[in-house]
Amino acid sequence: MQFMLLFSRQGKLRLQKWYVPLSDKERKKISRDLVQTILARKPKMCSFLEWRDLKIVYKRYASLYFCCAVEDQDNELITLEIIHRYVELLDKYFGSVCELDIIFNFEKAYFILDEFLLGGEAQETSKKNVLKAIEQADLLQEVRLHTDP
Amino acid sequence: MPAVSKGDGMRGLAVFISDIRNCKSKEAEIKRINKELANIRSKFKGDKALDGYSKKKYVCKLLFIFLLGHDIDFGHMEAVNLLSSNKYTEKQIGYLFISVLVNSNSELIRLINNAIKNDLSSRNPTFMCLALHCIANVGSREMAEAFAGEIPRILVAGDTMDSVKQSAALCLLRLYKASPDLVLMGEWTSRVVHLLNDQHMGVVTAAISLITCLSSKNPDEFKTCVSLAVSRLSRIVSSASTDLQDYTYYFVPAPWLSCKLLRLLQCYPPPEDGAVKGRLVECLETILNKAQEPPKSKKVQHSNAKNAILFEAISLIIHYDSEPNLLVRACNQLGQFLQHRETNLRYLALESMCTLASSEFSHEAVKTHIETVINALKTERDVSVRQRAADLLYAMCDRSNAKQIVAEMLSYLETADYSIREEMVLKVAILAEKYAVDYSWYVDTILNLIRIAGDYVSEEVWYRVIQIVINRDDVQGYAAKTVFEALQAPACHENMVKVGGYILGEFGNLIAGDPRSSPLVQFNLLHSKFHLCSVPTRALLLSAYIKFINLFPETKATIQEVLRSDSQIRNSDVELQQRAVEYLKLSSIASTDVLATVLEEMPPFPERESSILAKLKKKKGPGAVSVELEDGKERGELNGGGDRGVPDLTNALSTPSPSADLLGLRSAAPVSGAAPSAGSLLVDVFSEAGPAAASAGVNDDGFLRFVCKNNGVLFENQLLQIGIKSEYRQNLGRMYLFYGNKTSVQFVSFSTTLNVQTKTVEPLVEGGAQVQQVINIECLTDFVDAPLLNIKFRYGGALQNISLKLPVTINKFFQPTEMAAADFFQRWKQLSQPQQEAQKIFKASHGMDTEVLKAKLLGLGTALLENVDPNPENYVCAGVIQTKAQQVGCLLRLEPNAQAQMYRLTLRSSKDTVSQRVCDLLAEQF
Repeated sequence: MQFMLLFSRQGKLRLQKWYVPLSDKERKKISRDLVQTILARKPKMCSFLEWRDLKIVYKRYASLYFCCAVEDQDNELITLEIIHRYVELLDKYFGSVCELDIIFNFEKAYFILDEFLLGGEAQETSKKNVLKAIEQADLLQEVRLHTDP
Repeated sequence: MPAVSKGDGMRGLAVFISDIRNCKSKEAEIKRINKELANIRSKFKGDKALDGYSKKKYVCKLLFIFLLGHDIDFGHMEAVNLLSSNKYTEKQIGYLFISVLVNSNSELIRLINNAIKNDLSSRNPTFMCLALHCIANVGSREMAEAFAGEIPRILVAGDTMDSVKQSAALCLLRLYKASPDLVLMGEWTSRVVHLLNDQHMGVVTAAISLITCLSSKNPDEFKTCVSLAVSRLSRIVSSASTDLQDYTYYFVPAPWLSCKLLRLLQCYPPPEDGAVKGRLVECLETILNKAQEPPKSKKVQHSNAKNAILFEAISLIIHYDSEPNLLVRACNQLGQFLQHRETNLRYLALESMCTLASSEFSHEAVKTHIETVINALKTERDVSVRQRAADLLYAMCDRSNAKQIVAEMLSYLETADYSIREEMVLKVAILAEKYAVDYSWYVDTILNLIRIAGDYVSEEVWYRVIQIVINRDDVQGYAAKTVFEALQAPACHENMVKVGGYILGEFGNLIAGDPRSSPLVQFNLLHSKFHLCSVPTRALLLSAYIKFINLFPETKATIQEVLRSDSQIRNSDVELQQRAVEYLKLSSIASTDVLATVLEEMPPFPERESSILAKLKKKKGPGAVSVELEDGKERGELNGGGDRGVPDLTNALSTPSPSADLLGLRSAAPVSGAAPSAGSLLVDVFSEAGPAAASAGVNDDGFLRFVCKNNGVLFENQLLQIGIKSEYRQNLGRMYLFYGNKTSVQFVSFSTTLNVQTKTVEPLVEGGAQVQQVINIECLTDFVDAPLLNIKFRYGGALQNISLKLPVTINKFFQPTEMAAADFFQRWKQLSQPQQEAQKIFKASHGMDTEVLKAKLLGLGTALLENVDPNPENYVCAGVIQTKAQQVGCLLRLEPNAQAQMYRLTLRSSKDTVSQRVCDLLAEQF
């Protein structure tokens, strides 16, 4: 997988993960073009499209679009289920996840993704194991009291 | 504070995010962000040392601002400080910041690498994983330099935790992809392969991605993975849906791992070990069978996971391309999907069938679905699905269904989406040319293209129809008649005017006998379009007019009148003005003879690859054109250039065609320099045609060209060039094959098989690179059939398959024998039994130049004997063919007859098969 984007129906990027080296400018251009392309598609259309020399696999969950760019030899259907498994992980961790969870806890969304996919490949596909890793990490956090400015 | 915050919620961060969300305008948002940036800057610069929590919070805010799309140019140092915190969450945020905002400051990189090094050696698995994730996310060269040695050790160490192994495997993969030169193969490689046997499914899932990537680049080193992968796959496929616990996904056992296993196997040819192969075929059959079973769940996830495996299995079956039974089953399965209610499945089935169509085993089976595919083209609501259907029609097209498919594609063009029209036009043009049996159909098709989608008909397409009409005299009359009719339409596309102008200018005479299309009618028709056309088209029309003056003297006065008019001779466009002036002068000064010479009909275009195909490839990118050039022969027919004999690659490449000037006016001095814009149009096309030109269908010719020489280019197409160097001594030979990748893209899974044994070649040919293969040859006994060389590789996605005869011929083992005339005749008489002699009388297909003939006879390997034959025009040769089994003496006589352009070739040898074979081979050389 080359990259994964999460964006809202309004076209706001909520999460971006790049597995290939690209400049900031290229990333912005790609996201802009792709968000536009996908938002222009009708609901019943197919979840796959050719885009430049990549295959785009996307799916909409409520107000959020999840979109992956994979290479020519990659499997579209299994990518679609990668998206679904990630949604399940977020859902399980946040307890019926919504867009706001991802906005306010964007760092968690990244951590969960890193446990599930690394370098663009599935690292651990078991839901239990991924969540166990995240929960262990959460347990490690210190209990402390503090006052915020 | 919103209730959605979870975990170690940083209140300040949540408040900031809320503020941003509440901003009513972009300006307000920027204002709020600038305020925050100023605040953070002052905190970072302040005298008071910040505690870890505050640092974490501010770094996190910066990250958020960055992800909103704003630039961040500070905070890196604070993030790096967090890395060495012993508090997990601080460390974690530090790493996240570093991974997202990669920085190239070398001092910073040194600090980051130090922190990573500490975490890697901490033996705390959570810290180790964090560090590995960071390396995998950044993947820079600096990181590879620092850690490419360490990570393999972590990966294969016995005491490494499973979760760390998983991260290490994918981390290494990322580094290998970015800097393959820094990841050195070693003792760890064999141990990595054995991770396929690991008990922990997660470890296998992560490791297999690494193994697949390494295998595709070093297949030999990793080939033990094949049997391991097969047995792992077999265990998964045959397991019950609950066996694998949490690795079962919606009742499908380990779908990700299954797909990856099937993908890994696609790096290799079918397993040679019969047992392994049998087991694999069983797996593939089981997967195909499962597709027919009722679903275990109604959830789409169930069917997606199951079908993901099915499609990957089908890819493997197509990759092997050797099991007709499986191929046909795959095709039937895809056929079912073509009518599935899920759009996704229809899309994938169309895509997958496209590759099946190019397999000889399944091409016919694919063709049976033509009606469904045509229906998809007409009724699918999603343009990307229609696009796939069009691709598939293109791929399944052959002589038997070309008319139907072209007709359907044409009618689809009328309503096709603008985004795919140009490509459709190219494809229709290619199919029409490739499968044209009668050229009137071809001409009709192209004119229809212009009529329906004129705007999308690129120059290459209309140049091509002109090239073909010029080269085929049987279609010229029809073409003239048809364009004449097409031009009658009140509004016709400018491209039609171009084609019409050109064709009538050349062949208008063929329809001039009919009073309805008399010369003057033709001219008036063309000229009625003139004022609506752009400058290049007008220039072309002016050239057509001067050709008319030559074809039909009766139009001279009218046309001169036109040329003389102010709107021509004083046209503000310098090109048009110059043409008008020069043509007017030419027509008034030159005698009819001169005019007839200057304006002679265009000579046939040299035979070359269709420029349209090159265009389509360029448009679609590498690997996208699935029906490649296997049609060389057909194109040869079509261009009909005549008997040009063996195509000469270098000539086709470099010599600019003398006929390249649009209307052959090069010879007319006044015009030659004046028409760079329109006059040289065709030259441009040719320069794009690429060097594949003459080579498309020469697989056999290539072989014959090497009978009398040992070095040269055996094969060449757009992608690949194969060069040969060979040397022979007695009954031994050595041949060097050079495979050159002409593209800028890698060839993957490159393999060559010979029906004799060879060393394998590098499986990967980088863009622009060349790999070499050496073949040692021993001639055991005399032979007729040449060894077959089969080359397979993946370019882009498409599997390329090339079969060539290796130019190893019996004459390579000749030892020249010098002998005097008396000796020769004595031996000649000794070999007088009828079966010892082979003789052929044949027409010369090349010039009969003495020096060339001599060179060829010497190239054959025999000694050329002077002063032996009483007739000095004749050639006699002698040699001994060295085989391991025996030596075969061989005498040869070649009698040219320059007047009749014929040769008589006689061979005598002690073995009848040798006489016959050498005679056959040599007869093709003159």
